[in-house]
Amino acid sequence: MKLKTLLLGACSAFVIAGFAQAETLTIATVNNGDMVRMQGLTEDFTKANPDIQLEWVTLEENVLRERVTTDIATKGGQYDVLTIGTYEVPIWAKQGWLLPLDNLGADYDVDDLLPAIRSGLTGDDGKLYAAPFYGESSMVMYRKDLMEKAGLTMPDAPTWEFINEAARKMTDRANDINGICLRGKAGWGENMAFLTATSNAFGARWFDESWKPQFDQPEWKNTLDMYVKLMNDAGPQGASSNGFNENLALFQQGKCGMWIDATVAASFVTNPNDSTVADKVGFALAPDTGLGKRGNWLWAWNLAIPAGTQKAEAAEKFVSWATSKKYLELVAEKEGWANVPPGTRTSLYNNPEYQKAAPFAKMTLDSINAADPKAPSVKPVPYVGVQFVAIPEFQGLGTTVGQLFSAALAGQMTVDDALAQAQTAATREMTRGGYIK
Amino acid sequence: MARAVSTRRTVFFTIVAWIIALLIFFPILYTIITSFKSETEAIQGFNLIPSATVESYAAVQAQSNYFKFFLNSVIISVGSTLLALLIAVPAAWSMAFSPTNRTKDILMWMLSTKMMPAVAVLVPIYLLFRDFGLLDNRLGLTFMLTMINLPIVVWMLYTYFREIPGEILEAARMDGASLWNEIVYVLTPMAVPGIASTLLLNIILAWNEAFWTIRLTTTNAAPLTAFIASFSSPQGLFWAKLSAASTLAIAPILIMGWFSQKQLVRGLTFGAVK
Repeated sequence: MKLKTLLLGACSAFVIAGFAQAETLTIATVNNGDMVRMQGLTEDFTKANPDIQLEWVTLEENVLRERVTTDIATKGGQYDVLTIGTYEVPIWAKQGWLLPLDNLGADYDVDDLLPAIRSGLTGDDGKLYAAPFYGESSMVMYRKDLMEKAGLTMPDAPTWEFINEAARKMTDRANDINGICLRGKAGWGENMAFLTATSNAFGARWFDESWKPQFDQPEWKNTLDMYVKLMNDAGPQGASSNGFNENLALFQQGKCGMWIDATVAASFVTNPNDSTVADKVGFALAPDTGLGKRGNWLWAWNLAIPAGTQKAEAAEKFVSWATSKKYLELVAEKEGWANVPPGTRTSLYNNPEYQKAAPFAKMTLDSINAADPKAPSVKPVPYVGVQFVAIPEFQGLGTTVGQLFSAALAGQMTVDDALAQAQTAATREMTRGGYIK
Repeated sequence: MARAVSTRRTVFFTIVAWIIALLIFFPILYTIITSFKSETEAIQGFNLIPSATVESYAAVQAQSNYFKFFLNSVIISVGSTLLALLIAVPAAWSMAFSPTNRTKDILMWMLSTKMMPAVAVLVPIYLLFRDFGLLDNRLGLTFMLTMINLPIVVWMLYTYFREIPGEILEAARMDGASLWNEIVYVLTPMAVPGIASTLLLNIILAWNEAFWTIRLTTTNAAPLTAFIASFSSPQGLFWAKLSAASTLAIAPILIMGWFSQKQLVRGLTFGAVK
């Protein structure tokens, strides 16, 4: 009896010790399709790592950014893995808020990461501070049938001149077809992502080498003039309220001739379950103006480890698993190659099965490769980032300027007024931030 | 004639009241309708007739554990309400029946704390919670919501208590009632409608509080507000799923409000001895 009790006690102690040793990782993430899919596939990770449990915190993008910033800045230690964008990585790495990813494993193959994406996640010390979960650029998605009806052929690398002509010809107000759908909703990650990237093709830049704002230069006027006129002539009604999701819905319902937006949208508009025009969509590179730069951006959602975590080793194991080649194969096996998170690894684009399942694969890769975050515009710039400026002040400033440009699109102010006010706001913010002495 | 005019007035005001009530309720109604649409339908524009699909509810339940969030909401809102009442009843009693020259100032000061934007104290509160180990903790959140709603609870109870004639309490005292007996056996039964409506209103406020409940929790203590917030998506359609999550989150409090509306209205519109 005594022996039995002792054995039982020993077993219980063993079980309790086992539970006590299990680490729980808290992962902060956004509610994107690829992230949700990953949550459903984590059994593969926990089976291989029974000592690690996973807890998810899913939040709206801006709330997540604010929550995570507060937690990291105050060393709250609430999260072990963070989902952050390309904008945050260089800023947070510089602040010492992120741990370098030095132990991703022998078979991780860091050299397989797309160079453009990898460079945006690498700190000044040459270390990787976040691993890309999925990456994207922007490109033109267009209706092949409407293009043909307009008597035009979309080149693989169109100019803005062609896009303007095509958009006006494809517009058919009587049948509720808009020649082009572009972002108009105010926000640094909404209309300013598109307009900043577009302005690069027009030779514009946010700041010169001495951080002086450039909204008073003709390149910005050309960009904004073209955008507002084009949207007035060929864009949808209420375009100043449209962001990614609104334009996605319009395109899927067959109400847009062209849509220039994130490459990740390609899988949505070609999915016959959601899109009424799935079999009529063609792709082309983002347009240029012949100055040597295209208006395509570069973005990735990445997994990073905050400096305050007590579970760095387990966290790095998870990051390695979620951004590995094996994970891509796992998604392909469970959900098909078309649903694999795109834009992170060269090997994916060399895979014939992926090429077959994703007709947009080549254009996505070409778009990502065409973006250069360290030399985004025609003229030299003092900052990193194609559709953003990787400085902490940009979130606020980008949204302020976005509100002015959105108001210009809505007809509430002229293009000249919007640019003048943007110049004043940017000068004030940069002076306050100590960039302009 | 006078009777006809009076009837017409009644009908007119009834119609106006119904229109206003429908306008106020419409966003909730449309959220419920949208929750029974597919994602494509939901973003297609204004439409009051859904395809009656429950796919969004299935997706929401598959993605998150509703009951875990629900349980946290119940614990935090009920807990903070009871704790607030425990503090507020004696506080309101002393202010209503033993006022001093400073009582009005104290009441105004309490109310003024509600005027401060919450975000202004986010970092200090976050640091305090971190140092006391209260981040993502139900107890911490219960305490936080108690503090947030306490001024309103004290104010409401103070207003009800002032309606109770002091002579009744004096009579109780003359009969030998102790302070405890006076509050528990005389004051509280007379103020039941007021206390009940304060309790219900406070539960509703705590249930719907979204700023602190989202910012001070991660997984263990996250209530239904965090559950709703997790369904907004920057890239992908989410209106139907977000509506389904919102409907699931507001349903319990809506049902509670429906069943207790008589008590709620009575408490909010009548004094203690009317």
